[in-house]
This record gives sequence, structure tokens and C-alpha cells, in this order.
Amino acid sequence: MEIPMIAYLVVSTIMFFAGVYGFVTRKNMLAMLISLELMLNAADINFVVFNRYLFPEALEGFFFTLFAIGIAAAETALAIAIIINIFRHIRNVDVHNLDKMKY
Amino acid sequence: MRSEISLLIVFLLIFFADTFGGKKTLKGLSITACVLFALHTIWNIIPVETTSAFGGMYQTSPMASMVKTVLNIGTFIVLLQSVSWSENPDVKVRRGEFYELLLITLFGMYLMVSAGHFLLFFIGLETASLPMAALIAITKKDSESYEAGAKYLFTAVFSSALFLLGLSFLYGVSGSLYFGDIAVAISANRTPLLIATIVFVLAGMGFKLSLVPFHLWTADVYEGAPTQVTSYLSVISKGAAAFALLLVLYKVFFLDPAIWQGILWALIVLTITIGNLFAIRQKNLKRFLAFSSISQAGYIMLGIISGSAQGMTALVYYVLVYIFSNLAAFGVISSIERNSGKLSMDDYNGLYKTNPKLSVIMMLAMFSLAGIPPFAGFFSKFFIFASAIHSGFYILVLIALLNTIISLYYYLLVVKAMFINTENECVIPAFRSDNASRVSLVVCVAGIVLLGIASCVYGYFADLSMLGI
Repeated sequence: MEIPMIAYLVVSTIMFFAGVYGFVTRKNMLAMLISLELMLNAADINFVVFNRYLFPEALEGFFFTLFAIGIAAAETALAIAIIINIFRHIRNVDVHNLDKMKY
Repeated sequence: MRSEISLLIVFLLIFFADTFGGKKTLKGLSITACVLFALHTIWNIIPVETTSAFGGMYQTSPMASMVKTVLNIGTFIVLLQSVSWSENPDVKVRRGEFYELLLITLFGMYLMVSAGHFLLFFIGLETASLPMAALIAITKKDSESYEAGAKYLFTAVFSSALFLLGLSFLYGVSGSLYFGDIAVAISANRTPLLIATIVFVLAGMGFKLSLVPFHLWTADVYEGAPTQVTSYLSVISKGAAAFALLLVLYKVFFLDPAIWQGILWALIVLTITIGNLFAIRQKNLKRFLAFSSISQAGYIMLGIISGSAQGMTALVYYVLVYIFSNLAAFGVISSIERNSGKLSMDDYNGLYKTNPKLSVIMMLAMFSLAGIPPFAGFFSKFFIFASAIHSGFYILVLIALLNTIISLYYYLLVVKAMFINTENECVIPAFRSDNASRVSLVVCVAGIVLLGIASCVYGYFADLSMLGI
């Protein structure tokens, strides 16, 4: 049985907005980072699904996904580096402690 | 490809000098970087012809290459201003990284400006924004710096995720990621998904440009980052993002201007008004300039909304003038910060008595940012309003004009503090800035004073923009 395209799109949309929800509500920076990854991966799923179902003659969507995954990895590495630096100074990774500068 | 290759050569030279160089090489690293970058700027000052490479993924035009020159000039001024800052003990050990990260973000902006395919555009966007987070957090021990770095990184990645989702819908609608192919495909097949795409793309780029309501990171990041990085972020990265947004809207979505013009209309009104109103209540000068740069971004968007070659010309001219004016202001702020550690507007009371030259430069920068006639800022605002009027946005230009009056108030507050207010127990003592910053300030003042009078610059940009993008 073929799974319809819309099923994948529903999954990726739920993933994306779960990521948005997590990014807004979570207090821990690592959890926020995971939420960001969810959002990026949801967009990647969209690319792959569109490529596989709608435009199977070219591989543009797959290629884009590969590059997007690479960039997401770089972004995670950088975020982890900054988070470790913050942890060294204030001994936790809670965003509520990053409130030195406010309007 | 000429400018990309020569920038990469500069990058590699600095990288090898930093990695393998002895003590003597490292000592002259900042000056070497300035000289190499000046050579790179001069080498690329003549715009290249319209060419494309990598099967159309990379496309450049005389206008795009002019934008690169404008960005080069701004980066050169930033490099001059950071020579003495990079001697600070905290920064000295990793000043090589400072130059490398700065140049690689510039490389990302080059890719963004001359992309013909969304893959290259996205890579350029990320290359321009991820190393920027590292640059903001470069003074590791400073708590404000890492806080700003974290804030910038999280918002930047959030915005690129939005942008990526928009791109995936665009791919679903059109089946291609080449700018040209997408424009052809969506002209035949218009779906509501296209509107969602435009909204997501505008939101993603709006974060980079700090348009209201995506501006919340701006003030914090500008305040926390080292002043040199702030000045780079506020002019170069904003200018490149503005031109990249223009490129996407003109090349991909040019058939449905009504959709994005409607969204941009609201964004511009919000950006200019809220940026101005918040700037009034700022006491810290870096936060003050952050809100001022938010409202300037709204003015820059006026060039995009008109959707014409005239708008493009006005936008590039505006960015050039904005680079000179804002970098003059940041140059004064950073040399005062380095010599006395003061950043608040009240500390500037009576500055004219002790440091008359710096005060006059700051005054010129503020006049130019506000748009007072003999200076370049007036002409850039005039051209950008003219381009929007030409496309029929009368009410929008009226709102922008009213906002110019509000902005005049807070820009003049700085001038008033320096020249009129005298009650101050600890006036900033007289000092002599280092030679590199002096050169950079002279360049900025020359730009502010001469660019408005030399009409050939605008005429030259207009000729280039006629050749297309």
C-alpha cells in the first residue's frame, strides 16, 4: 500500500510546530537547540517528500537536504560551543540567567 | 568570480600567517589584514560583466558586483577601526580568528548577493550568519558577549528554519530551485501555497534585517557584542541582507508584486515607527544606535517596495551612505569606549570642550543619519522616497517623512549632550585616538560630506542598475 504524500506533510508540519512550541516554552538551552533541530528537520522532510512524489525525475530536493543537514550540524556545533562557554561561567544552561541586557 | 577568488586569497594568506607565522608576523597581523583588504577592494572596484557559473547557480551582474564593492568599503573601515581594539589582551590571542571569521562572513554575503539558485543562497545566508555568532561571542570572558552570542545564534537559526520551510513549499510548488525556473513555474501555477512561501521567506529575511516584529534580538546583541563587531553587524550584514531580499523578490516573485508589497507596506510602517519610538528612551549609545538602525532598515525597505530599477539604485546608494554615517558614529563611540570605558549618553555631556574633533565627527554622523540637507544622508533619503513615490506609495512616504521628524529629535539629543549640556562631574578627558581609527574617521567624514554633492555616484549606480540584476 502506497502511503499518500499528505501523510508525510502532516508529520512534517506537526514536527515543525512542535519545534516552534518547544523553542518558545523551553527554559533549558539544550532543549531549545533540540527544538530548533526539529524545525530544520521538518523542512528537510518536506524537501525529500516533494522530490520523491512530485518531481522524481531530478534530485534537487535530495541534494538540498544533504546540504541543509550539513549546515544544521555546523550550527549545532557552534551552539554547543557557546552553551559550554556559558556553562563554564554560570554553571547552568538556563535561559533565565541570560537576562543581563534587557530593554 | 573575481571578487570571491581574491577574497579567498586574502582569507588564506591571513589564515596561514596566523597559523604558521612567528611572533613578528603576528605583531603586524592587523595592519597586514588592512593592507591586503585594501588591495582586494581596489582590485575589484571596477564592476564585472554579467556572468554565470556552476550551471547558473552563481550569477553576477554589474550591480551585484557594485554591491560587493560597497560592502568592501564598509568592511575596510571596520578593519581600520579594529586595529587598536585587537591589541587588547583579551582579544590579542585570538585576533587571527577575528579576521578570519570576519572575512568568511563577508564571503557568505558575496554568495548571497550573486546567487542564482536557492541552494547557494541558503549556504551564503548561513555562512554569513553562523560565523557572526562566533564573532559576537569572541570576548569569551565577557558575560554580555556570550549572552549576545547565544541570543543571536538562537534567533538566527530560528529564522533560517522559517526560511527553509518557505523554500520547501516553494520547491513543492515549482519543482525547481533555480530563480529563473521558479519564476516561470509559478507564473503558470498560482496556488495559495505561494502566499505562504512569500510570508515565510519575508519572515526569515526579516530576522536578518531586524524588521519589526522580528527585531527583538537586535538591541541586546548590539549592546553585548564588541563595538567593532556591532558596527560590522549593523551596516555590512544589514546591507547585504537587504540587497539579497531585493534579489529574491525581483527575480523570483516579480509577477505577484501586490502580495509582497502589501506585507512590506505594513512591515515598513511598523519598523520605522517602533524603531524610532524605542530609540528615544535609550541611554546606552550602542542600544540607541541599535534602534536607530532598526528604523534605518525600514527606510532601506522603501527601496525594495517600489519594485523598480530606480528603487534598486536608491537602495544601494542608501546603503553606501548609511555605511559611512553609521561607521563614523561607531568609530567615535568605540574610540571613546576604549579610552575611557564610557558608553552612556550622559557621559557625553560636555564632550565638545575636551574632544572637539570627535564631537564634530559625531555631529556630522548624526546629521547625516537624520537627513539634514548638506550631508549625504539627506540625498539618500530623498532618492529612496522619490523611488517609492514613483511607484505610487504616497501614504507610506508620508508616514516615513513624519518619522524622520521623530528621528531628528533623538539624533539631536546626542548633539545636545555634546555641545550644550555642560553639567558633568567627570567629563571624558581629552585623548588622542590611534592612527588607524583616525584614518577611518577621515574616510567616513569624506564620504558623508562628498557623497551628497558628487551626484556622479548616484548617476553611476543608476547606469549600472539599468543593466539588470
